[in-house]
Amino acid sequence: MNKSKTLAVQMRGITKHFPGILANDNIDLDVYSHEILALLGENGAGKTTLMNILAGLYKPDAGQIFLKGQEVEFHSPKDAITHGIGMVHQHFMLVESLSVTDNIILSLQSSGLNMHTSQVKKRIQELSKQYHLLVDPDAAIWQLSVGEQQRVEIMRLLYRGADILILDEPTAVLTPDEATDLSKILRKMTEEGKAVILITHKLNEVTAFSDRVTVLRAGHVVSNVLTKETTKKELARLMVGRDILFRLEKKKCKAGKAILEVEHIHAINDKGLPALVDVSLQICAGEILGVAGVAGNGQRELAEVITGLRSLTKGKVLVNGQNITNSTPFKVINAGISHVPGDRIGVGLASNLTVSDNLVMKAYRKPPIVQGQLIKKRSILQFVDNLIKVFQIKTPSSETPTRLLSGGNQQRLILAREITASQGMLIAVYPSRGLDVGATESVRSILLEQREHGAAILLISEDLEEITQLSDRIIVMYEGKIMGIVDPDTTNLETISLMMAGQALSTIEKHGEEKTIA
Amino acid sequence: MRIQFEKRIDQSKISGFLIPAASFLLALLFSALILILFGIDPLQAYSVMVKGSLGSTYALTETLVKSIPLMLTGLGVSIAFQMHFWNIGAEGQLAMGGIAAAYVALFLNNMIPPALLLPAMFLAGGLAGAIWALIPAGLKATIGVNEILTTLMMNYIAILLVEYLYLGPWRDPKGFGFPGTAQFVAAAWLPRLTGRVHYGIIFAIGGAILLWFLLKHTKFGYEIRLIGENPKAARYSGINIAKNIILVMLISGGLSGIAGMAEVSGISHRLYTGLTVGYGYTAIIVAWLANLNPLGILVVAFSMGALLVGGDQLQIAMQTPAAVADILQGAILFFMLGGSIFNTYKIKITHKKSIQHGEKTHE
Repeated sequence: MNKSKTLAVQMRGITKHFPGILANDNIDLDVYSHEILALLGENGAGKTTLMNILAGLYKPDAGQIFLKGQEVEFHSPKDAITHGIGMVHQHFMLVESLSVTDNIILSLQSSGLNMHTSQVKKRIQELSKQYHLLVDPDAAIWQLSVGEQQRVEIMRLLYRGADILILDEPTAVLTPDEATDLSKILRKMTEEGKAVILITHKLNEVTAFSDRVTVLRAGHVVSNVLTKETTKKELARLMVGRDILFRLEKKKCKAGKAILEVEHIHAINDKGLPALVDVSLQICAGEILGVAGVAGNGQRELAEVITGLRSLTKGKVLVNGQNITNSTPFKVINAGISHVPGDRIGVGLASNLTVSDNLVMKAYRKPPIVQGQLIKKRSILQFVDNLIKVFQIKTPSSETPTRLLSGGNQQRLILAREITASQGMLIAVYPSRGLDVGATESVRSILLEQREHGAAILLISEDLEEITQLSDRIIVMYEGKIMGIVDPDTTNLETISLMMAGQALSTIEKHGEEKTIA
Repeated sequence: MRIQFEKRIDQSKISGFLIPAASFLLALLFSALILILFGIDPLQAYSVMVKGSLGSTYALTETLVKSIPLMLTGLGVSIAFQMHFWNIGAEGQLAMGGIAAAYVALFLNNMIPPALLLPAMFLAGGLAGAIWALIPAGLKATIGVNEILTTLMMNYIAILLVEYLYLGPWRDPKGFGFPGTAQFVAAAWLPRLTGRVHYGIIFAIGGAILLWFLLKHTKFGYEIRLIGENPKAARYSGINIAKNIILVMLISGGLSGIAGMAEVSGISHRLYTGLTVGYGYTAIIVAWLANLNPLGILVVAFSMGALLVGGDQLQIAMQTPAAVADILQGAILFFMLGGSIFNTYKIKITHKKSIQHGEKTHE
């Protein structure tokens, strides 16, 4: 097999406008076969837009695309895939109730009536072997883990003959082990001559996965280097445009009395299946308790049960000694618990309403904002202007619709509101998910600052780096159960990762030697 | 060249005026074509409509008479729409308000002192509308039944109940077979200001100011807006959604109920077939065209009243088929609603130098 790198794609002068912003400004990009290219940049840098153009989802306002030297124009994702370009989006596009084979048949263009399921299945198995892409063709999608579903998405593209694969933030939903598997699969694909493009804002991912990296900032290409010839620090500077502190200042925890006590709670999820099984935990004043785990293992339900958004079937929740088991959200808020929800747009904000309306979502029922039943416009103005200043929310005005703010500023808005409303207890769910390096740093320092002020914080996150950096203690959840409680300073990532995959801490400690898998 | 819709970032004040104006002109042009097709001179037809609805004191008062129930029901549905609660049951709520007011006027006038008869009818009408709205509200708040279906179905019940009453048990025995109840005693007549314009106009203006104040300046108004924009966020911030659904629908139904009371007490002085002629449905259009703004609803309801009266005049003066007036009304609404898309979107035309198509690889 010819292993020499050849130019697979050239994008020249790509420009794309969205209302109010220039997402891509005259971008040139080269993609080689036999290579993994990382497309690095902050949120809003234009990475996803550029790749949506390459995958035929958007049409550029100006610019040209060349495939192996030939100019092409795509009118739809179908056009792109017939030219061998396919994309795995952040949100998978699979039919949950159908099998892997059925999902792949669905995506084929010549889906005549007499599709030979057995032939498709055979081809899946061949590809599976060729690329070490383990997929059971008969499994229904809902039975698969997120990592497996991702493999189905990749399989679907390979099946359709994609030579150029684009993956949008592929590791955001994976455990560390699954991420390692993915990197092996991608490596195998480049060996077979494919080109892989990885959209990411994570520096670790760039260094672990890629051969080359193109850095985008504010719609421009700012750098294009070989991965081995650069450093994380330099990449971070290129991406953000200034130096970034990687180590946050964290003083030793001086834990006070227990603020939140959760005792043996059970709850069911939206599908009626057990979501929490006998979960107990305590958080003290001035302490951050991190909850690690792959998304969908009960973390969301844990936050919802504590905040009164979901009822629990057994157990007790106490805050400052006050019983808030199965209380309404209103009572929980009054008991002093604040909540930065995982679903920012869906739950945390009313994005069509103004920044001001969103900032007063918790404060609007207390004086001085309200007197009797009447809302005092002037008090709102003072309250809102102050929060915008203190939390450095970048917005044209307090009357701007919240949907026009960047993700980082929306999150700052939520934090500003929740921290102001909080009386000693904060629940933060995926607080930096989807945020870029700069915004992430500021969200994390806000949380640490609150800890300094004596707040008890429950931090739920998928990002192990975030959990270990911020937490004083870490619990790991798997299928609604707590696998164990560990100290981040004395525990290695491998142990946490094993717990995330379902091994209880006690069994890991017992078989100390066996756990070290090469 | 490519034509695209692009979302506007901010709505300019000028386009807020120009767009409806342009839509209206286009509607007139379009309707002119239809009129010509019917062999009617469009200019003459328009002048008849304008004169008939706005051209004299009499015409103006008649337009106001038509617009009063539109204002009240429009206000009623608008507050529910603010919360994204799709109350399309204003017609039924109006009917129940009319029935309750008629009951008080017909059967309780001996027990209530004449001076208190109108206030009693007002209360009964408002309460009946509110209770009629409470049924779908309760079903939605407790077990999540879709309010669009329930409010609509409640309409049929109420409309048929009105018919049953004035044709059956409440029919005027001395009415020579005329379908309707006996006339109310004079103390049950809502006083008139000028022409047939009755005190209902005061209720409507009062209602609009009250709603405006509620929405803009109270905790309740903020909660309604938040629930409307994102019910999950509202629940998360501690708002009791069920309670607000009930409250909003009590107000919504109450306003429509008052509209029904004002109709029977101010215009017909009896319960008869003219009560349920579709005001409650037109109210939905009124509320949307006014962008749910309470004061805007007064203005839009007046224009809609003019359109209704003008259409009647066209029929009378030029002997056009009844359908022609309906077509004109439909065309105007169609263009106005269609044009409102340009309040949120603008058209973008991009010129792009032609790029040769890449040759597809055939395998």
